[in-house]
Amino acid sequence: MTPLHGLLDTEAIRKDFPILDRMVHDGKKIVYLDNAATSQKPRQVLDALNAYYEQHNANVHRGVHVLAEEATALYEGARDKVAAFINAPSRDEVIFTKNASESLNLVANMLGWADEPYRVDRETEIVITEMEHHSNIVPWQLLSQRTGAKLKWFGLTDDGRLDLSDIDQVITEKTKIVSFTLVSNIMGTINPVDAIVRRAQDVGALVLIDASQAAPHMPLDVQALGADFVAFTGHKMCGPTGIGVLWGRQELLEDLPPFLGGGEMIETVSMHSSTYAPAPHKFEAGTPPIAQAVGLGAAVDYLTAIGMDKIEAHEHAITEYAVKRLLEVPDLRIIGPTTAEDRGAAISFVLGDIHPHDVGQVLDEQGIAVRVGHHCARPVCLRYGIPATTRASFYLYSTPAEVDALVEGLEHVRNFFG
Amino acid sequence: MKLDSMYQEVILDHYKHPHGRGLRDGDAEVHHVNPTCGDEITLRVKLDGSKIVDVSYEGQGCSISQASASVMNELVVGRELDEAMKVQEVFLELMQSKGKLEPDDAMEEVLEDAVAFAGVSKYPARVKCALLSWMAWKDATAQALSERESA
Ligand SMILES: Cc1ncc(COP(=O)(O)O)c(C=O)c1O
Repeated sequence: MTPLHGLLDTEAIRKDFPILDRMVHDGKKIVYLDNAATSQKPRQVLDALNAYYEQHNANVHRGVHVLAEEATALYEGARDKVAAFINAPSRDEVIFTKNASESLNLVANMLGWADEPYRVDRETEIVITEMEHHSNIVPWQLLSQRTGAKLKWFGLTDDGRLDLSDIDQVITEKTKIVSFTLVSNIMGTINPVDAIVRRAQDVGALVLIDASQAAPHMPLDVQALGADFVAFTGHKMCGPTGIGVLWGRQELLEDLPPFLGGGEMIETVSMHSSTYAPAPHKFEAGTPPIAQAVGLGAAVDYLTAIGMDKIEAHEHAITEYAVKRLLEVPDLRIIGPTTAEDRGAAISFVLGDIHPHDVGQVLDEQGIAVRVGHHCARPVCLRYGIPATTRASFYLYSTPAEVDALVEGLEHVRNFFG
Repeated sequence: MKLDSMYQEVILDHYKHPHGRGLRDGDAEVHHVNPTCGDEITLRVKLDGSKIVDVSYEGQGCSISQASASVMNELVVGRELDEAMKVQEVFLELMQSKGKLEPDDAMEEVLEDAVAFAGVSKYPARVKCALLSWMAWKDATAQALSERESA
């Protein structure tokens, strides 16, 4: 095998992830290839969570005591870290949520309750794509049902890319919001942001980018993207579960109405009415996920110290190798781009007529963790006429040897059901 | 190897050579899905009084769900409804046993080939696959009966 270029020092990195040493099924070392579902967490993040609870735990924004001040500083410090990580012009544009799904739902609800010029109603249209995660489909179906707005979407090409040939018919003067994923969680496709943002801006539509599968894997610059909102989730980027992010442009966050009401998000409250705190607090009702935000801050520090450009290069090399090796497996068909160009490290495939469930089970027996099913992107399976896929997804700690283990594992699957 | 406890020969046989597959005439039809993995089944039942004349089905899914549909067809077609319901109950009990139930002779007598699914009950993610067709059959039967009542 020729050595791959741009690989990280995975031997060193893997020492930070205790779980990667886990043995399963009588002494087989785990090969964790389900990173698109959730990433593993480095010791640095686990330590930050522990230190927070052991040394600083208090509620935020309301106490005058030492612990309350420390907890607030840590929570708000995490916001600064995330803002820097995505190159946000202002820290006040970073809203903490519980996950990407909540971030996406939050935008849908802001727009549903907004006044002109943002209001989504029966005269207007919403645009998504056929490769969205269910979390970026269902909130728009709900909004469409509640407001009467028409829901439209971009279809897919046979090779797993967005079909933008009818972009001028899909995004029109009636479009209020275009919401799409930067990287597909099922096919790995990296979508052409510029073309979509340009068209949306031409017609005055807002743009929401679902960066759940991008933020963990590549440098993310919300200003360069040109979108109005960007959503992602902490647990896929080395952070804990229970923390997500919504970035939004300041003017919009000032204009748009809150969704959830509660403590933290108000300025004054009387029995008749209330006034709201400025963003981001306006959108963070109730006690936030404090420890989880602190954990995400630690994750951001961890990823930044390694370098998002280096992580991207590593994953590109692994993806190139994995695609090549997988295509050598007889009867294997990749669902999605069949080169590493403009694709991330989530690779879905079908193996002859062996059902993905069975593929995943036999791989699991060998200690190889993959995801099987429709990956919360059922329309993609329908589009390609398959019931489900097997998906292997890689991250900064993935190695070429793990790709080899997968390929050998698939050989075993073929023998078992052959 | 542990895998063999799940993928018994009997199961793989039914998977490769399914019994009664294909949709035929029926009194009621249901479509059931397993939302976590995309397994699907469309199933029809045909009753004659209290006797099950036919259970026909079409679907896509893993070896476990497909084999289970085949075994179910074999076990219930030609039976009296109340008898078949009993078989279903015993199968459900086995599948919910988390691998802790060692099928005895009495159970084996009732379940016949379906006893091979005992190993599947150890795998929580797969129990739903094994139950999909049975749940569809139960649902279709209930519909056929209630339609008959209202007719
Ligand atoms: C592209 C994409 N969007 C949204 C989500 C939803 O993330 P969460 O479940 O953390 O809300 C996921 C995660 O599965 C995803 O891959």
